[in-house]
Amino acid sequence: MTRILGSTAIVVALALAVYGAVAAVVGVRRRDGALIRSSQAAAYANCGLLTLATLAMVYALLTHDFSISYVAQVGSRATPTFFTIISLWSALEGSILFWGFVLSVYTASVVYFTRGRLGSLGSYALATLHAVGIFFYLLLTGVANPFGAVFPVPADGPGPNPLLQNHPLMAVHPPFLYVGYVGMTVPFAFAIGALISGRLDDVWLKATRRWTMTAWIFLSLAIVAGMWWSYEVLGWGGYWAWDPVENASFMPWLTATAFLHSVMVQERRGMLRVWNLTLIIATFLLTILGTFLTRSGILSSVHAFANGPIGYYFLGFIALVLLVSLVLLAGRSAELKTAGHLDRLASREFTFLINNLLLSAFCFTVLLGTLFPLVAEAVRGVKVSVGGPFFNRMSLPIIVTLLFLLGVGPALPWRGAGADVLGRRLLPAAVAAGVVAALALALRVPSFYAVLAFAFAAFALVSNVQEFVTGARARMRAHGESAPRALLRLIGANRRRYGGYIAHLGVLAVATGIAASAAYRFEREVTLKPGQTVTVRGYTVRFDGLWAKDEPQRFVVGADIAALDARGRPYRTLTPRLNFYRNGGEPITTPAVRTRLDDDLYINLLAFERDGSSATVHVIVEPLVAWIWIGGLIVALGAAIGTIPTGARVRSRKVVRV
Amino acid sequence: MNWKRSLVAAAAVVPVVGLFYYGMGQDPKAIPSPLPGRPAPPFALNAMGTADTVRLADLKGQVVVLNFWASWCLACRSEHEVLREAAARYGPRGVRFYGVLYNDTPENGAAYIAEMGGQSYPTLLDPQTRTAIDYGLYGVPETFIIGPDGRVVYKQVGPVTPETFTRYVDPLLGKREAAR
Amino acid sequence: MSLAAALLALVAAVAPVQAGAPAQGAPPVAGATTARDSIIGEQVRQIASELRCPVCQGLSLQDSPSELAQQMRQVIRDQLEAGKTPEEVKAYFVSKYSEWILLEPAPRGANLMVYVLPVLLVVGGGAGLFVAARRWTRQPAPAGAPLPEDEAEEPETLP
Repeated sequence: MTRILGSTAIVVALALAVYGAVAAVVGVRRRDGALIRSSQAAAYANCGLLTLATLAMVYALLTHDFSISYVAQVGSRATPTFFTIISLWSALEGSILFWGFVLSVYTASVVYFTRGRLGSLGSYALATLHAVGIFFYLLLTGVANPFGAVFPVPADGPGPNPLLQNHPLMAVHPPFLYVGYVGMTVPFAFAIGALISGRLDDVWLKATRRWTMTAWIFLSLAIVAGMWWSYEVLGWGGYWAWDPVENASFMPWLTATAFLHSVMVQERRGMLRVWNLTLIIATFLLTILGTFLTRSGILSSVHAFANGPIGYYFLGFIALVLLVSLVLLAGRSAELKTAGHLDRLASREFTFLINNLLLSAFCFTVLLGTLFPLVAEAVRGVKVSVGGPFFNRMSLPIIVTLLFLLGVGPALPWRGAGADVLGRRLLPAAVAAGVVAALALALRVPSFYAVLAFAFAAFALVSNVQEFVTGARARMRAHGESAPRALLRLIGANRRRYGGYIAHLGVLAVATGIAASAAYRFEREVTLKPGQTVTVRGYTVRFDGLWAKDEPQRFVVGADIAALDARGRPYRTLTPRLNFYRNGGEPITTPAVRTRLDDDLYINLLAFERDGSSATVHVIVEPLVAWIWIGGLIVALGAAIGTIPTGARVRSRKVVRV
Repeated sequence: MNWKRSLVAAAAVVPVVGLFYYGMGQDPKAIPSPLPGRPAPPFALNAMGTADTVRLADLKGQVVVLNFWASWCLACRSEHEVLREAAARYGPRGVRFYGVLYNDTPENGAAYIAEMGGQSYPTLLDPQTRTAIDYGLYGVPETFIIGPDGRVVYKQVGPVTPETFTRYVDPLLGKREAAR
Repeated sequence: MSLAAALLALVAAVAPVQAGAPAQGAPPVAGATTARDSIIGEQVRQIASELRCPVCQGLSLQDSPSELAQQMRQVIRDQLEAGKTPEEVKAYFVSKYSEWILLEPAPRGANLMVYVLPVLLVVGGGAGLFVAARRWTRQPAPAGAPLPEDEAEEPETLP
């Protein structure tokens, strides 16, 4: 019953998406309003149908309906309810279903918020959204059908991948990633709409700004949540391994970040129109590429799902999107050409151009490194690896330069300023950078890039904070407001600008956390007998014994590790664990992490003697790790402030005055 | 629209899609070993349940089949029968079979052999995993066929099949037997 | 013996320890280090972070908690203690596991591409941008639509 409901909903959605795409295009060509409205209705209907299908799947998972192929694949009666629900996205078919659901919600919301206002541009964008929908619904009816029939019906299933049912962050990282990824379809659809309709001015940019921002916020949060998940689960004390799939989520973030900056140049100076279209198309393509890399098994990765024919579908889709985009962009490039003009090189416009160059080069480096094993195999016939050392070597110079720019940008006004103004504005920041650099050198910070990162982070911190101080002071003088009030009003009246600066502060927190935890990581790997202690970077911990626990879905072995204070008295017990899942081979680690704002004490249980006579533990002390997670939240907060419309507030205030 | 430019730009699709299409045909997990053709790394290991030490150097002139396995390895169970039959067939023709226990305790290894109905050839203990690393092991099961000249002829990743032996061991024996 | 049975045997083995109190008295400290140890330790860390763990895909030997990675780190340590140079240790692993084990491709031949192309992009792009920007600064501001005020918030449209 559930199976028929779910699969029927998807088949109908597929038919409606095909109809909607055709109706939107024919409607524009024939200027037939009724046809266009029917295409919009199809978008609403699909939102309902995909919601229904997704709820049907959740219901099937919860009721352990093993007659449905996806439930038989990832369900298990022993899995706790929470992980049963989130196993919706723990394997291929479910994640594609969730993708389709998110896409249908986006499509319906776009129709709701823009209907009747954007003319042919909106209709072509709607046709594009329907067309992307066709691809995903097609997968759901064929190669990625989650509602397949299973006969005979098994009594129980294996449960989700152990790695994905070991931490609650699995409830955050994948859905946020999908909401971010899929959200990039909206600006892409409007870019394609603009290219087809020939409305190449800023309308498509303005119409999609908030959608892009929303998608970007979710993508940023998803990346940070993914780092946190790696840190809390994989047990090596790190959060970023340059794994192909981490890279796949990072690349569209880089191009989208470049886009968020470069659109401002187009809005103010009318330049970079081809570039902005290219960036957003690239962002969309990179989200599809990321999915292709995970789903096709083309690169080996921790995150790779089982491979199958689905990779060829994604490859075909990538080829189609690339072809359509290139044909449209090249065909329209002459019409898009504008006369460039800059007042000065020392202007905000020019820093945005450099920012775009660096972010694109960063993205290209990551893409090249990720795909290079394929290239090397094709060219040399040899398997090579491209991992952390390569990416660090290549990206660190770009990252520190971006940190520097992040300080220069806000200090430079639009249209530019002379050297005297520039010097005055940047002097405090430069002094801060000098002090921090000298301090870092005096303290013998072990890495050259860490010194630069700290110095430029200080530089950018002062420069960005200065913007708030200057603005608030001006308000205090002009309106006689108190300092906190002036600050809030300042941000409220210029949300996009100051939201951006707040996001910058978040980026600085992330960068400082990464630089500090990488440069000042202290670790020991020791085998301890009960009662023995080990000291790492001022922390002394004592191994007190092993315990074991039998749970329905897994078997857990834990070590009690007491953290000792200066007098040797225990003040806290940490319990790193090893989880042996009934459906999986290698044990999954649950490191014990004591997080503080200044540093993290991270203990991982590596091995143990079965008679409990000893345990091998990895004790790591890393400073400022918490600031990576906090910084991620600040970035999202700043971007959210920048996304809230000012217009709504202004209008409501007017109403009050009347 | 300028269709001439469009056509030129469209050509850029070909190399990108071509690269991915090529990649889809490759297995990212199949990493070729540099060992075949090179002298097999020497070892001297204790045979499980005995006081004997087996040295590769003493086996010169003979065909050696070296099978790395573990009791916790599921794929090893599926190849056990193939190995037993191969040992029964090739053992009398002078092929020396050895198992090497990988990251496992001798007790578990012995229990496994008993459970699987015995094993006609010795299993060597590699307590520090040095020999496994010397042979560039990725996991278990992996099987090496070493020729009479002491060089690695072939490395099988994953369970062996009867064809593994007909393809790689038979020619070695043919050469040797012809030489006699 | 199945996994479950193995684990149940483990419970039986571990349970008494859980109940028993840890050893009393001054706890001995594990592993004291000497200067030479710490130099070799640093070299081990460096080499292990440049080699790929064969069983965990993507992680280095240094970062991998797997048993094989631990043993391979011990091999690195032993070879260094026996007087081998870091280069010789890495060459040993390449001879066993092929180039695949290097997390950074050797900068030779076609591999150079992966190092050179990003640099070319930054240098070439930077030069191109600079030249274009110089041209743009010499061009007069396009007539027509007035530019928005310097720091003014652009007019917002409701979504």
